Amino acid sequence: MTVFHAQLRALSSVSLAVGSGRVHAIIGANGAGKSTLLRSIAGLHRPAEGAVLLGGEDVTRRSPHARVDAGIALVPEGRRLFPSLTVEENILVGRRREAEGTWTAERVYDLFPWMRERRDQQTVQLSGGEQQAVAIGRALAANPRVLLLDELSLGLAPLVVRQIYGLIPELLHSGMAVLLVEQDVGQAVRTASTIQCLLEGRTTLEGRPEEFTPEQIEAAYFGLANPRATE
Amino acid sequence: MTWVNTVVQGILLGGLFALFACGLSLLFGTMRVINLAHGDLAVVAAFLAVEVVPVTHLPAILSFLIVLPIFLALGYAGQRTLIQTALDRGAFTVLLVTFGVSVVIENLLLELYSANSHSINIGSLVSKSIHVNAQISVAYLSLGIFLVAVAVLVGLQYFLSRSSMGRQIRAVADDQEAAQLVGIDYRHVFGVAAAIAFATVALAGLAFGMYSSFAPTSGQGPLIYAFEAVVIGGLGSLWGTLVGGIILGVAQAVGAQIDPSLQILAGNLVFLAVIAFRPEGIFKGRVAA
Repeated sequence: MTVFHAQLRALSSVSLAVGSGRVHAIIGANGAGKSTLLRSIAGLHRPAEGAVLLGGEDVTRRSPHARVDAGIALVPEGRRLFPSLTVEENILVGRRREAEGTWTAERVYDLFPWMRERRDQQTVQLSGGEQQAVAIGRALAANPRVLLLDELSLGLAPLVVRQIYGLIPELLHSGMAVLLVEQDVGQAVRTASTIQCLLEGRTTLEGRPEEFTPEQIEAAYFGLANPRATE
Repeated sequence: MTWVNTVVQGILLGGLFALFACGLSLLFGTMRVINLAHGDLAVVAAFLAVEVVPVTHLPAILSFLIVLPIFLALGYAGQRTLIQTALDRGAFTVLLVTFGVSVVIENLLLELYSANSHSINIGSLVSKSIHVNAQISVAYLSLGIFLVAVAVLVGLQYFLSRSSMGRQIRAVADDQEAAQLVGIDYRHVFGVAAAIAFATVALAGLAFGMYSSFAPTSGQGPLIYAFEAVVIGGLGSLWGTLVGGIILGVAQAVGAQIDPSLQILAGNLVFLAVIAFRPEGIFKGRVAA
């Protein structure tokens, strides 16, 4: 897939596949094209070349809201909750076909028990970590087959980040595929079944995390020709 | 006692202003569209009623049964074609397009109906009133318009805060991109919001046409009053719009009581005072806040 921001080539022939029950993590420095990749998959950018396939079906020409119906849900960077809606309204706003799928508001509250009591609060009254949980709940309520997570850890305390990442195995259990972008390389390596490193819109490393030494990942991250050069 | 009557009449007049303003408030609140053709659309609704009544033999007061559905459809279609195309090109284009629509409507109406005044004939109802005491009397029509305005605003507020579509309208107003990410087709939601806004402006136009005579260029006055009501009340707040309409109505009535030539000026002065001392309006808020 190749994506342009106006004249700027944000992604050059980046390709990836993520299977059901797997976590694919995209790492890379600022401006590497990680968020652009996720936003293109969600339909917010149109790729100049390439395609987005979901279970073999081509969804490249579908609008973002139609891709949600097809099973792609993005938790956007910065959470982007609706400030004039309550916690529960945020979770339910996208759910128009109440009967479909297994993720109901109740099941989201089972995942985050504190939310049940605070469902009628405005989201501005919540802490950053709580807001992130609502954003995840909102995406889950769409019953996605692929969950896209953009920079979950941004601006959150390490303990909160660990708690949120601790939920991922439960999501995978239901057969969901998770594609995440993470600046915290350590967190990505701990969570992912595969990692992929982007640098200036190109893939510099891809594979199972245990295949690589920290030095190799660092080299791919910063674009160093020779990993030993940093030592 | 004369002053009490003046204030009562002002409050009732404010209902008409609020009815004019709520469509403007809704369009601005959800899609940041400032519709300069708002007043002209109201006049179109009034002319439509003038046409509909002799053909259908409906009592004029029931002309909304025909006019309202037409405006609902017009609102949805107009948003999905003209307004959305303009929106995709930026806020300034929307302003130009609605200004253009306003000019086109006025000239078409002039071509069809000449510059003569028309009115929606509601028969003897126009002069009936309740005499509360020697000084205070309330016209049925004014009271009816006020009650319709309150019902529309309360109903709209309830719709926005309770219904699933209302929830979607607020979500799109908050963050259009995030709304798409939860599966909301924001263009459809905009269409629904525009349909509602057009329906309210049709009601305002019918009320206006029963309340006073109108000509093809009569839409400019109500547009200004609607803007003033929205700004006085606070952008995007429907309760604010009702209160803003009432404040404007009372100001105009009090001005007119002092000297009939002061009516419009008094309203404008109150508006300027709010802009100067409380630019965020009486009620600060988003849609349905």
